Amino acid sequence: MTHSDKNSKNGHFLNGLNPLGSLWTKLAHGFSPSILEGDNCQSGYEGSSGVSIKIKDLNKSFGDNHVLKNINLTIEPGETFSIIGPSGTGKSVLLKHIVKLENADSGQILINDHDVSKTESINAKRSYRYSMVFQSSALFNSLTVGENVGLWLREKRICGEARIRRIIREKLDLVGLAGKEELRTSELSGGMRKRVAIARSLAMNPDLILYDEPTAELDPVTSDELARVIMSLKEKVKLTTVIVSHDLSFALYLSDRVAMMHDGEIIAVGTPDEIKKSQNPIVRNFIYTTTKGIQEEGK
Amino acid sequence: MRFLNILGSKLLNVAQGLGEMLELLCQTLYYFKEAPRNLTSILRQMNLIGVGTLPIAMLVALFVGMVLSVQTGTELALYGSQEAIGAIVGVSMVKELGPVMTSLLVAGRIGSAMAAEIGAMQVYEEIDALKTLEISPVRYLAMPRLIACLFCVPALVVFAIIVGIIGGGVVAEVNPKINVPFSVYYDNMIRALSYKEVFKGLLKAMVFGGIIGHVGCYIGFKTSGGARGIGESTTRSVVLSFLLIMVANYLLTRFMI
Repeated sequence: MTHSDKNSKNGHFLNGLNPLGSLWTKLAHGFSPSILEGDNCQSGYEGSSGVSIKIKDLNKSFGDNHVLKNINLTIEPGETFSIIGPSGTGKSVLLKHIVKLENADSGQILINDHDVSKTESINAKRSYRYSMVFQSSALFNSLTVGENVGLWLREKRICGEARIRRIIREKLDLVGLAGKEELRTSELSGGMRKRVAIARSLAMNPDLILYDEPTAELDPVTSDELARVIMSLKEKVKLTTVIVSHDLSFALYLSDRVAMMHDGEIIAVGTPDEIKKSQNPIVRNFIYTTTKGIQEEGK
Repeated sequence: MRFLNILGSKLLNVAQGLGEMLELLCQTLYYFKEAPRNLTSILRQMNLIGVGTLPIAMLVALFVGMVLSVQTGTELALYGSQEAIGAIVGVSMVKELGPVMTSLLVAGRIGSAMAAEIGAMQVYEEIDALKTLEISPVRYLAMPRLIACLFCVPALVVFAIIVGIIGGGVVAEVNPKINVPFSVYYDNMIRALSYKEVFKGLLKAMVFGGIIGHVGCYIGFKTSGGARGIGESTTRSVVLSFLLIMVANYLLTRFMI
C-alpha cells in the first residue's frame, strides 16, 4: 500500500529494534519494514472524528423479497444512533450497505457527503475509517486474540511492532481482556469473542463504528460493561456509533437517537424519550412487550 | 420449451462461473506483486501443501511404480523384451502418472481443505470482516495459496517420480518373472528420458497445481448456506479440480508433443 512509502520516513531506523525480538517478529509477521520503526504511527491514525451518514431512498431486494424499502435516514457526526426492530426486518442488511458489503438496488448512502456506492473497489482510498463488529464476532480462527486485534495495524503497517503491541494491550484492556493476547480464539466464550471483536474494531481508531447485535451473546453484566465501554468511547473520542439491536434497554440507554425499523421501513426516528412516548401502535407493541420490554411510565 | 429454459439457464450458470473464475484469477495474479510481504503465509501454506502431502504422495507413487512394473514387465516377459521396462516405467511416471496422480492426490487432500476453510470463513462472516478491515481477501487468502500450490505440486511430483521409478526398478529386479537387474533398468530408463520430457512433466504439474489452488479458493469464496454449504463446497472443489486437471492434461499433452 501507499502507506509503506510514507512510513519508512517516520522514526529513526534503529528505534525499537531489539535484536532477538525483532528476528522473531520478522519471522512471525512477515518481512515488512514496519518492525524497523519506532513509536511513530502513520499520520491520521491518532484521533478520530465523527462522520455524518445520509441515506437517501435506499432500496434493496433479494429476489422477490423486498428487504429495504425507501430508507431515508440522517445520522449526525459524533452521534450514537441505534436501529431497533424485530428480527428479520432488514436492520443488518442496512448496516451492510453502510460498510459496502452489499450494493443497493437504488438510492444513495452519503458518508461525509461522499457517495459510498460510487466507489467501486473496497480498496478505494477513503477519508475516514470505519469498522464493524459482526453479529457472529467473525474472529479469525487461525490467529490468536492479540493477532486478531493487531491484524489491521500490521497489514496496513500503521505503526512499529512495539507500538502495535502496546495498542493491542490497551484495546484489550479497554474491553476487560487484559493479558489474554496469546489465547486461541477457539478457547473463548461467546461473550469474550464479542469483546475481542470490539477490541479489533477499536484498534483501527475508527471514525465510524457499527455494531451488529452487540449484546446478542452477552450476559446482562457484560452487556452493562459493553455499554460503559461505548459510553466512555463517546466521551473520549468523537466517533459516530451505529448500533443495530433488538435489545431495547441497551439501545435506549446508550443512544442519542433511535430509529425503529419494521418490515423494511423506518417507521419512527427520535430520541429515546420520544420513542418511548410514540403513539405508533407497532412501536408501542415492540417496546412494551410483556416479557422483556420497558414498563410504561405511570403503570 | 421448458427443456430449453433449463438448458439455457444451465449454460448461463456455466458461463457466469467461468467468468467469475477468470476474474478471481486475474485479481490473484495482480496481487502476486505483494508476495514478498506475505512470505510468512506463503511459507505456511507451502508447509501444509508440500511437506504435509509428501509422505502420502511418495507412498502412492511407490505403489504406482511397482504395479506398473509388475503389469507391463510380466507382459513384456512373454515376448522376451522385458529390458524395455525401465523406459516404460520412467516415461510414464515422468510424463503422465507422476504429475496426474500427485495432482489428484493434492486436489483431494488440499484443494478440498482449502475450499472448506475459505468456505467456513465466508459463512461465518470472516471474509466480510476482512473487507471491513480494508484487507483484500484475495491478497490475504487466495494469493498465498495459489503461489504455494504452483511451487509445491511440481516439487512433490519430483519426489513422486523418483520414488515411483525406484519402486518399479526394485520390482523388476526382485520379481522372478521379469528379472531385470537394476543397472539395466536404470540405463534403459535414462536413455529413454530427456530433460525436455522431465521439464514438460513438471510444467504440467505446475499447471495442475494452479488449478487446484485456484479452484479451492474460488469454490471457497462462492460458499453460502451454513455447514451444509461448506460440505457441498468441499465436494464441488474436488470434482471440479479433477475435471479441470483431466481436461488440462489432455490439452497440454496434445500441444506439447
